[in-house]
Amino acid sequence: MTAPHLSEDTRARARQLVALYPHPRSALLPICHLAQEQDGWLRPEAIVEIAELVGVTPAEVMGTASFYDMLHTEPLGRYLITVCTNIACLLQGAYELLEHAQEHLEVRAGSTTADGLFTLEEAECLADCGRAPVCQVNHRFFGDLTDGRFDELVADLRAGRLDDTVPPHGTLVRIRRQGGLGADEGTIVAERRAMADAMAQRAAAASGGPSGQGTGGGGS
Amino acid sequence: MTVTEAPRIVTSRLSHPDSHTLARYLDTGGYRGLRKALSMHPEAVGAEVEALSLLGRGGAGFPAGRKWAMLRRGPVPYLVVNGDESEPATFKDRLLIEGDPHQIIEGIVICAYAIQAARAFLYVRGEFALGLERVTQALNEAYEHGAVGADIFGSGFSLDIVVHPGAGAYICGEETALLESLEGKRGFPRIKPPYFPAAIGLYGEPTVVNNVETLSNLPWVMVNGAAAFTALGAGRSTGTRLFALSGHVNNPGVYEVEMVKTTFRDLVFDPVLGGGVPGGRQVKAIIPGGVSAPWFGPDQLELPLDQDEVGAQGSMLGSGSVVVMDETTCVVRAAWRITRFFRRESCGQCTPCREGSGWLENILRRIEDGAGRRSDLELLMDVCDNLAPEVSWPPQQTTICVLGPSIPSSIASGIRMFRDEFLVHVKDGRCPHG
Ligand SMILES: Cc1cc2nc3c(=O)[nH]c(=O)nc-3n(C[C@H](O)[C@H](O)[C@H](O)COP(=O)(O)O)c2cc1C
Ligand code: SF4
Ligand code: FES
Repeated sequence: MTAPHLSEDTRARARQLVALYPHPRSALLPICHLAQEQDGWLRPEAIVEIAELVGVTPAEVMGTASFYDMLHTEPLGRYLITVCTNIACLLQGAYELLEHAQEHLEVRAGSTTADGLFTLEEAECLADCGRAPVCQVNHRFFGDLTDGRFDELVADLRAGRLDDTVPPHGTLVRIRRQGGLGADEGTIVAERRAMADAMAQRAAAASGGPSGQGTGGGGS
Repeated sequence: MTVTEAPRIVTSRLSHPDSHTLARYLDTGGYRGLRKALSMHPEAVGAEVEALSLLGRGGAGFPAGRKWAMLRRGPVPYLVVNGDESEPATFKDRLLIEGDPHQIIEGIVICAYAIQAARAFLYVRGEFALGLERVTQALNEAYEHGAVGADIFGSGFSLDIVVHPGAGAYICGEETALLESLEGKRGFPRIKPPYFPAAIGLYGEPTVVNNVETLSNLPWVMVNGAAAFTALGAGRSTGTRLFALSGHVNNPGVYEVEMVKTTFRDLVFDPVLGGGVPGGRQVKAIIPGGVSAPWFGPDQLELPLDQDEVGAQGSMLGSGSVVVMDETTCVVRAAWRITRFFRRESCGQCTPCREGSGWLENILRRIEDGAGRRSDLELLMDVCDNLAPEVSWPPQQTTICVLGPSIPSSIASGIRMFRDEFLVHVKDGRCPHG
């Protein structure tokens, strides 16, 4: 048997994710993000192992992943630059900026530079419209762009000056979850049912008057 | 000015650089609302919120309290919080997610307590890397502080919150698509009825879905009381609301303003808000509530930010975003770009939406490229009519979700308000604005 493709650390984190949800399949997208963190994209070997982890077929993982723009089943550059051209950015010259970006990086939107450093894509609204035109690099925001600032950004990335803020493509959340109930769903549900029954009984007992729906103190 | 006197309910901390930390949150009264809620009966918390007329801030504007009441007597529900914010030109929820994650967490626990939820899921748009890091950090702090987890603040109430990252799909903001996505599937909206996930939601269980901003109001409400909230605004539109202002405006940004007492004109022109249009140019049109909303002309700037009033005037406050287009804007290009968005984001389940969006984009593209035909405006309206019969507002639903029937909004508005400009494009093969 060959060793698994996903690292022990990735697998351990994936198992923690599975444990967070009442149904393992819910962890599918979060685990895809983890696999991208490891490899930069979703490799076929990773897809097979994700399928095992969440209990579906590889085809189901592939079919689901392909629906989502952030999950890449082909390799891409170390830096994914997504330039928004939606309405607010369009009104602030986003298409002119995109044109400039294509010339500066010498690639068409949708492709990767020859050195494998940059993939350029046109994006839908990134929800930073107050600083239009806007781009993200590996989902970190850069707003109020001009041609000149775009070039500076590219130079900074090349020189590694933004390594602290912009991790390689695939790394989404650098903070790990701590804490959690550890109680299983069944226990919680049983407790809540008992509480709901008690509430209903109390309401029934008080059904003579409106007090069962007391509004509680509001204006302290 | 009336527009600035209202208290800041959800943005009070955002001016602090460390607004996202537990230390700042506690210093500014954080988690007091939750302590108060936990001292009350869950039903009393629900009743308090029902008294607010807190209209959902995610787009549909349904009263939160009534939604919760639908399942107060039922089995144990889930709470799902919608932080998928992807409606073009909407960027208010991201601000709350990045800037005040503890306020969201506190709102979640208050809501979960009122509906006695078994677990809460916070679905955050995948592209919000910073936001995801901030809420994860805040959640770790909140567990440590005893505000989430087992036996919250010694009340006997326990709750786990799961932060769930999306993966890039606008349609997952639609609540039933969001639930599918949360179940690890493609984001296909579910067929209605049932109209509310309160009946059949996550994993088939009763579920409340609320927007991030909606729940962010709750900590303030618990501390200050329902009456203080309903004293703001008027009619059904009570409280304050966030408006994301963008496009041709001097000070784009997110503003928290009192509902009804503020008009679109205040929002765009008030010096402490939008500050007017650059170069003193004229407003040509505004998009009042996200790109799914029909446009308004300059004569409608006096309208108050009132959900019912804006609805009566043929549009919607929707997701709380206002885009200003000045006189230099090419409306054909604007309508084309919006339509292209819908084409790309249609999930493809329904033929009118999948095919219609493509047709509409192609026709607008050729008009924009100077290859338009005389019959094109009629053709556009004909395709729109297939998506939303009579191109009426609110649209009749011909599809599984309302994405499809919302597509005609911008095109129909553009042609209704600027027919001549469309015709010049067709006739001269170019834009009169150069
Ligand atoms: C196509 C489409 C996209 C939507 N996108 C969002 C979204 O990004 N965020 C959101 O909160 N609600 C969105 N909604 C509305 C949700 O379906 C739902 O009404 C809302 O999350 C309920 O929360 P609320 O009542 O607190 O507003 C969208 C609806 C549709 C039809
Ligand atoms: S209307 Fe469009 S987005 Fe909505 S379910 Fe149908 S095809 Fe999908
Ligand atoms: S339109 Fe570009 S970020 Fe919203």
